Amino acid sequence: MKNRLKVLRAERDLTQADLANKLNVSRQTINAIEKGKFDPSLPLAFKMSKLFELPIEAIFENDEMK
Amino acid sequence: MKEGTWNTQIKKNTKKLAIWTMLWTGSMALATFGPKFIWDENVALTYLAVIINVLLGIGMILMNIKYINCLDDLQKKIQLDAMGIALGAGIVGGLSYTLLDTTNLITHDAEISFLVIFIGVTYMIAILIGQKRYK
Repeated sequence: MKNRLKVLRAERDLTQADLANKLNVSRQTINAIEKGKFDPSLPLAFKMSKLFELPIEAIFENDEMK
Repeated sequence: MKEGTWNTQIKKNTKKLAIWTMLWTGSMALATFGPKFIWDENVALTYLAVIINVLLGIGMILMNIKYINCLDDLQKKIQLDAMGIALGAGIVGGLSYTLLDTTNLITHDAEISFLVIFIGVTYMIAILIGQKRYK
């Protein structure tokens, strides 16, 4: 699954560690999501959505839906 | 959970799990060597040592569940994958090892301690592979 996490994070001038801290996850998890190696759970996706004040589909893009 | 408190909670739980594991390991050593070297085969004391060992073991399991529940999505996945590999390798390896013993293909008796070490090493290797995969 593709995502815009890296761009959104950069726009808000946040490091991976800052974002991890805000979402209560490890920096490794943020890195793995940004690289597309790991898809977050729905609760974590909702947390991101709330943090960035964007709908989930504005952060994540499902390749299979294309 | 409040923002930023997760790291502290993880560290706290890791420390607690390490303490429970050390206590359980220590009680195992006491129950194993105590009867011969400390209390001269006293049955009541041996029972007591085994009961303490079981209770500490239950405490360690409960703490491990608490520890895993506190991990984030990715860490849980790494743990789950590693546990799956260790369990599978333990069953396959353990049964094959027993088979080698019952069919007399090995000269010594199959020891449970070998299996425990095998599962432990497999689990650690699987954790390292998982950590590297998602680095």
